[in-house]
Amino acid sequence: MSAILPPADRLWYKHPIDRVEGMWIGIALTWCLIMFFMMVGWHVWGKQNLSTETYRTTPEQFVVKAQEMVDKYTVRTETEQEIPVVAPPPGSDIYLLARLWAFWPILELEKGKTYRLHMTSMDYNHGFSLQPTNINIQVVPGFEHVITITPNQSGQHSIVCNEFCGIGHHTMVSRLYVK
Amino acid sequence: MSVTTTYRTCPRSGLQFEHQAEWLIRANAFVGVVWLLIGGILAIGVVLTRWPAIHWLEAETFYMVLTAHGLDMLIFWMIFFEVAVLYFAASTLLRCRIATPRVAWLGFALMVIGSILNNVAVFRGASSVMMTSYVPMMAEPSFYLGLILFAVGALIACFVFFGTLVVAKREKTYEGSVPLVTFGAITAAIIAVFTISSGAIILIPTWLLSIGVVEQVDPLVYRTVWWAFGHSSQQINVAAHISVWYLVAAVAFGAKPMSERVSRMAFLLYILFLQLASAHHLLADPGLSTGWKVINTSYFMYFAVLASMIHGLTIPGAMEVAQRQKGFTKGLYEWLRKAPWGNPTFSGVFISIIGFGFLGGISGVMMGTEQLNMIIHNTIYVPGHFHATVVVGTTLTFMALTYYLIPVLFQREMIAPKLAKWQPYLFGFSMYFFCLVMMGAGTLGVSRRHWDMAFGGAALAYEWPGAAYLMMGLVGIAGLMAIVGGIAYIYITVGSLLWGRRLDAGATSPRFTPLPRATPTVIAQSYGSAGFAAPGTFVLALVFLVAFILYYFINWKYLSTLWLLS
Repeated sequence: MSAILPPADRLWYKHPIDRVEGMWIGIALTWCLIMFFMMVGWHVWGKQNLSTETYRTTPEQFVVKAQEMVDKYTVRTETEQEIPVVAPPPGSDIYLLARLWAFWPILELEKGKTYRLHMTSMDYNHGFSLQPTNINIQVVPGFEHVITITPNQSGQHSIVCNEFCGIGHHTMVSRLYVK
Repeated sequence: MSVTTTYRTCPRSGLQFEHQAEWLIRANAFVGVVWLLIGGILAIGVVLTRWPAIHWLEAETFYMVLTAHGLDMLIFWMIFFEVAVLYFAASTLLRCRIATPRVAWLGFALMVIGSILNNVAVFRGASSVMMTSYVPMMAEPSFYLGLILFAVGALIACFVFFGTLVVAKREKTYEGSVPLVTFGAITAAIIAVFTISSGAIILIPTWLLSIGVVEQVDPLVYRTVWWAFGHSSQQINVAAHISVWYLVAAVAFGAKPMSERVSRMAFLLYILFLQLASAHHLLADPGLSTGWKVINTSYFMYFAVLASMIHGLTIPGAMEVAQRQKGFTKGLYEWLRKAPWGNPTFSGVFISIIGFGFLGGISGVMMGTEQLNMIIHNTIYVPGHFHATVVVGTTLTFMALTYYLIPVLFQREMIAPKLAKWQPYLFGFSMYFFCLVMMGAGTLGVSRRHWDMAFGGAALAYEWPGAAYLMMGLVGIAGLMAIVGGIAYIYITVGSLLWGRRLDAGATSPRFTPLPRATPTVIAQSYGSAGFAAPGTFVLALVFLVAFILYYFINWKYLSTLWLLS
């Protein structure tokens, strides 16, 4: 029962290694390095990398910019709350704010075109979960996260809040259209 | 130095328990099990609400219950039991009196008071902030104060553990180096000090914020430091339950570590790299650089994954070597077929090892890969993963250990041995299934911590695919089965303490018997020259590797179809 007894040899780091262990360590280490370089390599060759471009912001500052976009590019409104549906031109800066318990506004984008999406939260932490594509990004208050996106699937998408944000959390769901 | 205490030698195991330490181990383990019971009752509410066809609790109650379930299980049950494991690994395995027993009891009292204070705050209803309590969403001040008191108590326990090691060294209760299990426990305790300090660093200002002394706690700083507590506390669990795996391999088979050097080096890798994993939770966050994310989430270069893969081989490997020495040498797997499958201490640990590796380990690496995290972050895949690590891994291991401790430590004959024989299978396999279907639902995008997947009352509701509803229904069924397994465990352990036949305590003496070294064995000497000591385990490990590689690249394939992001 030597795992619960002091080792026979005080200098345990001189204990010999069996071939089973030696081979496994070699294989496992190789696999670990492959995984590490895969993650690094995806930044070079992959097309899905989360941007780290971030600015400090306040709800007041952010809402001004979002309102400006809404004033310019609103094409219609939806639901009783008259949430504006905004179709900004490709290549532009687009704004999405999360607050208790809604996303605002609704964006209408074009497939294959690139946009700079700015996101922040007005209050608590929220989650940006784009469905059914399944892209999930944390939305943190006080920080404006800028992500370059290129939609590759057209149709109606949903944005579900997937960070717990209080009693109305389950009603926090919105849309995003791709033409 | 003269300290008056007594040492009891257990006639069933030969272990020697010092009087004060024995009561401390019992008290901590028992309170841990009480938290497991409370957390288990709360699990019923969580499971029956997330089962879409039942959708039992109201939203407000659900979030309160979910907050308490997380804290009671992940923090209170685990850490109380781990303190018991630490004291056992220091005092019992080294046959040493426990250092400063009064201080140890003070720590225990703080932990009890803190955990109760925190739970009272949660059940008053105004602290449904989830275990993570991200600012600026605020709980009642006593919510944070309770956690802080608990953390201070746990920190005291860690230092009592270190103190006991010093006493053992000074009083020469053992020869040579500490046993491997104690070595693993030292790893757990070092990680615990880091973890608990991080918790204090962020919870103290948050508490001050809640009573109005501090004006603001930055939400991103909170998330970063909180996870150094929240994720690292799961790393204490890993180090602790792996130590218990070695312990059980030793007591169930008389297994010796294949190589002390390899196993201890793997524990050292944990100390160096395991805590970096708190970055896993921040991969979808703004503000943190790519380099930071890649280095941390990969535990530098997956060195902690390497360590886990090593333990995953060496523990069953040691069992295989021990079994082969007993003559079970036919083919690759006679040693495994002839293992004591009816002994819940062994079966629990074996089910735990396999589930922890295949389900918890592989899924953990997926979530912890910077880019793959985007298809997983905050979906129910995340609880699917950590129920595989923390419930299949740690909780099941601790359950298995209690079956060993009931006669040895509590001196009771176990009631319902037939039920005990089945309990690890029922609990373990329903948890396997539970985790799998949860991860399945998460792959379809279903959110965690969400009361209603039908979005009742929302104008722009999203309709989840039918498969997601099916998966969540299966989560409900599997969850209930696991809860039945949990009830069986509580019945057996608490019932044995209450009604089990009292067993012979064994002789007590005022002095410890010094602990001899392990005798060198022929097989140990021949390692590295003759052989291939554990071929069956090696093949199992290769199966694991193939599953790992396939699943890893399937996820990359899925990721590559997503919207382009940069």
